[in-house]
Amino acid sequence: MGLFQKLFSSKEKLAKREKYKIGMAKTRKGSLSSLKDVLLTSKTIDESLFDKLEEIFIMADIGVDTTVSFIQTLRSEVKKQKMTDPKALENIIVDNMFSIYTKNEIISTNIRYNKEGLTVILMIGVNGTGKTTSIGKLAHKIKSEGKTVMMAAGDTFRAGAIEQLKIWGQRVGCSVIAKAPGSDPSSVVFDAIREAKQQSIDVLLVDTAGRLQNKVNLMKELEKVNRTISREMNGVVYETYLVIDATTGQNGLSQAKIFSEAASISGIVLTKLDGTAKGGIVLAIRNELGIPISFVGLGEKITDIDYFDIEDYIYGLFADFFD
Amino acid sequence: MAFENLTSRFQMALRRLTGKARLTENDIDEMMREIRLSLLEADVNYKIVKEFTEEVKQLALGEKIMKGLNPDQQVVKVVNDELTKLMGGEAVPINLKTSGITSIMMVGLQGAGKTTTAGKLANYLRKNNQINPLLVAADIYRPAAIDQLKTVGEQLKITVYEEGDKVSPQTIVKNALKYAKENNFDTLIIDTAGRLHINETLMTELQDIKKITNADEILLTVDAMTGQDAVTVASSFHEALKVTGCILTKLDGDTRGGAALSIRKVTGVPIKFAGTGEKLSEIEVFHPERMASRILGMGDVVSLIEKATEEIDEDEALSMMEKMMSGKFNFNDLLKQMKMIKRMGAFSGILKMLPGMSQMANMDKVDDKQLVYIEAIISSMTKEERIHPELMERSSSRRNRVAEGSGRSTTEVNRLISMLEKQQKMMKQFSSMGTPNMEKMATGGLQNPASSNKRNRGKGKGGFRI
Repeated sequence: MGLFQKLFSSKEKLAKREKYKIGMAKTRKGSLSSLKDVLLTSKTIDESLFDKLEEIFIMADIGVDTTVSFIQTLRSEVKKQKMTDPKALENIIVDNMFSIYTKNEIISTNIRYNKEGLTVILMIGVNGTGKTTSIGKLAHKIKSEGKTVMMAAGDTFRAGAIEQLKIWGQRVGCSVIAKAPGSDPSSVVFDAIREAKQQSIDVLLVDTAGRLQNKVNLMKELEKVNRTISREMNGVVYETYLVIDATTGQNGLSQAKIFSEAASISGIVLTKLDGTAKGGIVLAIRNELGIPISFVGLGEKITDIDYFDIEDYIYGLFADFFD
Repeated sequence: MAFENLTSRFQMALRRLTGKARLTENDIDEMMREIRLSLLEADVNYKIVKEFTEEVKQLALGEKIMKGLNPDQQVVKVVNDELTKLMGGEAVPINLKTSGITSIMMVGLQGAGKTTTAGKLANYLRKNNQINPLLVAADIYRPAAIDQLKTVGEQLKITVYEEGDKVSPQTIVKNALKYAKENNFDTLIIDTAGRLHINETLMTELQDIKKITNADEILLTVDAMTGQDAVTVASSFHEALKVTGCILTKLDGDTRGGAALSIRKVTGVPIKFAGTGEKLSEIEVFHPERMASRILGMGDVVSLIEKATEEIDEDEALSMMEKMMSGKFNFNDLLKQMKMIKRMGAFSGILKMLPGMSQMANMDKVDDKQLVYIEAIISSMTKEERIHPELMERSSSRRNRVAEGSGRSTTEVNRLISMLEKQQKMMKQFSSMGTPNMEKMATGGLQNPASSNKRNRGKGKGGFRI
């Protein structure tokens, strides 16, 4: 029994894992070669096998550099252990995939709540990744854990953004602090923190306008929001989530790199994982920049958000192994 | 003629440096590895990269190395040419009916930018194609999507047709058509909800809308940052709807946008527009040829090659140098020279690229406006004055007349005269240095860039041939 099977044989995990599988498995109908086919049909471990593996990882958007070094690791493992059976590669692939992500650290995806009072969660990212939707889902999740929540409409730029957040506020059943479109986002955040403290709210979720990371002025605006929060919170650590769309390619790395210069990112929310894209760029982000993944968005319903689980994720990447 | 020897010696040196007249398999293999990674980094689909590099390899084999290029640059040139071809060469215009109502459907994944782009497109077509657009809010699913379109409409003063989020998109579209007919709108731009290509119910909804409106354009909106999945998304939408065009959004980011190539290659659907900013005016017709070098990501090398092969007319440059060296350099030549240099970019930048001439790069910089002024001044001179600069030097009344005629100050006229003088002097010095010195300058300039990093190697390595 391979490591794969051992990992994924526990029944209680199956239900949750199905979600990842339903979303991510759809790719398998497509033209992408599957890991299963590759490992089972290859007779020996040779260059063409490595080529096929490379294809699988690149097609999952894992990133060129990370894939190249990953394949390199596989090559040297094969050499060291004098392996010839392709099926035996399975364990090494999974093992190394895990170590790319865990890096021998214990990663907690839990929100670091401030025990003494208000916890702030700031959502940032490029345009159209799903920040506002993720705030709605997260607020619902946090509220169902028994906490009081509030939202701040920090996206004062995009048409309809404030209304969109207000609708989420109604669905979740929490108040939304907003100002007129075009106001300074920092002033919205300032007001919201005051208001949240006054009402003894547990968690304040802050929406921001989508911005491309190469727009210097918009990144400065974000720095200001960030400064406002840390000043108003007297330096209490708060969560900053970078929202990344699973369809994003290599640009995800640039997003993570530049956004973390403007704010200290505590984790990634990987959205739209219910499509055919695998969002592998987050592995590259973790590998190259050390930023972990905190949440995944798996659908359009308010409950379709979950804590990230690396086992489930890798299962989703190679789910066909168990069919 | 001294200069002819000089040119050929430059070229000899270059050829010795590269040592090859034809591309060998080795040159190509080496470069192809780098190009392959570059394309993958740009998110071009893996399979396409593989096919493409194999095809191009065959094309490049045995290709002659152009004078002034080294094998690496030559391979990049072949690749860039082929990429441009693949991207479809010319921009494809949007399909608008001359009579009756044109229907344009905006479709795509969530967050690609359909609503914003619908507004931008309506505004663009109103301005450039004299249409009277009606925006139709058919996204009843995303919270506040209708509000967003209404706000965009208000900003642009374009009417938005909406029936709230309780009516089916099919009904909304049907009624919108009727509304358009009654109120003399000639173009419907329909904002549909973002959806996953694997959501069959929602894809059927789009097919319904297509039938109802008999859509003239179905534009797939794609985020320029999309990764490998672009192919799956585009081909699913295309299969279901027969997409007529693509709009690439968020191209103002730092993404290389390889998705554009994947979509084009797999579906054959042309990319018609590109979103290039947050403002509602920031949309432009998509230029395939510009996209090619962006995807390749070897802009430095590519632009240098372009300069080397296109911008400079060799004969023109040669006769110019001849004139300069002979010291018979007049106002006509000065104007010609400036225009020539202008075509290639900043004056100082060009000089720096010339091997061994970087110390001369601080010569008076020329900007666009100044060139216009200089042209005005020179055109105000008589033919005789232009050929014999000394006439201008000697007579202050001539200088005053020219100043008045050109609308510039006498100081500027004087400055131009002394500039010509300076150039003449410099050229005389230059030619009196003799050929051995020149050769030393040439090779000296060539050695340094050759040892610098690979991607920037093009700079200075004798990219062109004056």
